[in-house]
Amino acid sequence: MGGEQRTASEQADFKRELTEVVPHLRAFARGLCGRADMADDLVQEALLKAWAAQERFQPGTSMRAWTFVILRNAYLTDMRRNRFRGEYDETVAERILTAPAGQEEPIHLSDMHRALLTLPPERREALLLVGAGGFSYEEAATICDCAVGTIKSRVGRARAALTAMLEDGSIPKRSINDDAAHRAILEELDEVAAGNGIAARS
Amino acid sequence: MTATRPGKPDRDGEAAKKEQAKPEWASGLRQLYDSVVDEPLPDAFKDLLSKLDAKD
Repeated sequence: MGGEQRTASEQADFKRELTEVVPHLRAFARGLCGRADMADDLVQEALLKAWAAQERFQPGTSMRAWTFVILRNAYLTDMRRNRFRGEYDETVAERILTAPAGQEEPIHLSDMHRALLTLPPERREALLLVGAGGFSYEEAATICDCAVGTIKSRVGRARAALTAMLEDGSIPKRSINDDAAHRAILEELDEVAAGNGIAARS
Repeated sequence: MTATRPGKPDRDGEAAKKEQAKPEWASGLRQLYDSVVDEPLPDAFKDLLSKLDAKD
């Protein structure tokens, strides 16, 4: 990391790159927490934190990966504070998500989003990073601060769970709203925050 | 904050190699993500970004 203060042009570069990744931050956050309004709040929080921490960004590295780490940490913190309850905004999803064009058997993307939200958070984020965000396993492992093998295992389990849910249509209506499921998720989050992945346990 | 490597961007490499093995819903997952990326940026973000500059 360089000197104390960035030059004006470095700061302008940072600002431009930060602006460019905002749509990706919104997409990642929406996938993580399900509700568009909460996701956007989270992104705003992450943007402020990224701006405040800009001295720590190394120019030339991936702004998207760097800001995803910040977003993810903000998400985990807020989840532990019970801010998100995995609420699912059906209206927003129906409006935004349409079935893929030309697909023979369209999967309703609202189903997909709901199924995604039933996954344990660490598997959901792994799948989002690799399967939606297009990160390599290595990049995803860096973002989640875990081993590459752990990411591969999480993605594999998430894929298997989604395939099972989508194929036999067993997608819970609003599963995360029930208290037991929510408690389980919070317990898992504590594990994630403590650095003990569930993938390692199971 | 974790430092990140200068990795190549996005959608090539390992993820692409997996393409054939992906289940049917995989394109839907990508679309889920891309549909948000393609949304016009709400004014709240434009306001926030312009305020960042003003603070300095």
